[in-house]
Amino acid sequence: MALIDVKIKPGSGPIFTTEGPWSDSSTGTLCLPTGTWRTERPILEEKKCTYCGLCYLYCPPQCIHAEAEFFTIDLKFCKGCGICAKECPTGAIAMVLEGAVADGSG
Amino acid sequence: MVAVNLEHRPRRVLTGNAAAAYAVRLCRPDVVSLYPITPQTEVIEQLEKFYADGSLDCEMVTVEGENSAQNVVCGASMAGSRVFTATSSWGLAFMYDAMLQTAGYRAPVVMVNVNREPPGIQSVCSGQQDMIATRDSGWIQVIAESVQEILDLTIMAYRLAEDYEVQLPVMVNYDGYYLSFLAESIEIPTQTDVDAFLGVLKQQPQRPVLEPGCERGVGAHGLGAGFVELRRKHMAAMERSKQKFDAIDTDFGESCGRHYYGQIETYRTDDADIVLVTSGSAAGTARTVIDAKRQAGIKAGLVKIRMYRPFPKERLALALKGKKAIGVLDRSVAFGWDCGPMHQETSALAAKIGCMPILGFIDGLANMDITKPHIERMVDDIQNAALGNDFREVTWVASGE
Repeated sequence: MALIDVKIKPGSGPIFTTEGPWSDSSTGTLCLPTGTWRTERPILEEKKCTYCGLCYLYCPPQCIHAEAEFFTIDLKFCKGCGICAKECPTGAIAMVLEGAVADGSG
Repeated sequence: MVAVNLEHRPRRVLTGNAAAAYAVRLCRPDVVSLYPITPQTEVIEQLEKFYADGSLDCEMVTVEGENSAQNVVCGASMAGSRVFTATSSWGLAFMYDAMLQTAGYRAPVVMVNVNREPPGIQSVCSGQQDMIATRDSGWIQVIAESVQEILDLTIMAYRLAEDYEVQLPVMVNYDGYYLSFLAESIEIPTQTDVDAFLGVLKQQPQRPVLEPGCERGVGAHGLGAGFVELRRKHMAAMERSKQKFDAIDTDFGESCGRHYYGQIETYRTDDADIVLVTSGSAAGTARTVIDAKRQAGIKAGLVKIRMYRPFPKERLALALKGKKAIGVLDRSVAFGWDCGPMHQETSALAAKIGCMPILGFIDGLANMDITKPHIERMVDDIQNAALGNDFREVTWVASGE
């Protein structure tokens, strides 16, 4: 419920329905495709992976997802900080320059 | 203050700090986090005693400093808790970024700030400069005059902060030393009184809160137009809070026994030629002097500012309009304006109240007593200006000017 009618741009409605800066975390800046900021991407070599879960725990924005028997990396969101590669005890994650990856997904 | 409901309630002799703690216990907070600092320390001591003896049922979070204390209560408030913190001077400065965050999140935090001179010139003494330094932080700021008012105002602060149409943090200020350690006999509302007074909030819509499993974020937005929209809403909430405060004050009188006239208290101003404006503990001394001057034939009145942010400009203008001269007594300075902040802001009402001398007095810095002779002299100066004589725009009273 809006307490005052704030319209910053003529013809548009308010951006927030709340008094404070509340937002649905599945929309807006909370889920910006920050993967476009990346210069290096983590590549997981599944054979070396022992599923210890350290990458999953250490990833600052939690973009490593635990599946039933392996991990996947959300490349739409991963900024390429490299913490997962640094923490991986078996060296299963390599940081590869974006330009060197030819799959066109980056 | 006016007692409107004289039914018997328990009385106790309490210091200002203890009164704040008693008020907080009556409001049943969920999360309390504070860090000791003179002259506030007794507030945390008293609350810890309540917690230890089981009479305060809350989460008491021990922190390593004021910045963490403010962040703890801000986060807890966003999760829907009723919260409390308290600080003073250096502590207030140390939590400044977190205070801005709390205000921007529109978290209804209630904080006691025991006024003390801030860092810079080493001093462990009273003065309102700490509060003034945070006047544009987006918090509501209210000021108490007596120990009874500290208790009452702290309870009212919860009603104001958590009102659905306000949703803003409230800072309850009172003079360190003069009020923090002053013991007075005060009346304590019963738990039933306070539960009923705050129970009104339960009939209001629920504000948004963080809940486990709910995809909701706070504070991460606000780019461009969204930022402007939130600022406009914050400003509008500040404006709404003025009349809310008046109404809450009246309601407090009905349920808990006393009211204080809301944003400002006017004393003998209706037929006054000259008016002195001040706030906090100095108002008590000023009232005595005004009575004496009235007996001597000077038509003087007093305005006590109870709500400093938002500034009560409409009601203040109404009280000051058409007077022959006005004086404003500040317990702090407005750097770069060569006057006190309340003097600066009262002067900004000139277009609404008409052309008249507005004199500023700076007194009571760093525990320098604002004595009766000091206020007598201020009233004489205002009267002289009202008679058309030359006057000094700003006077540092304690310097013997």
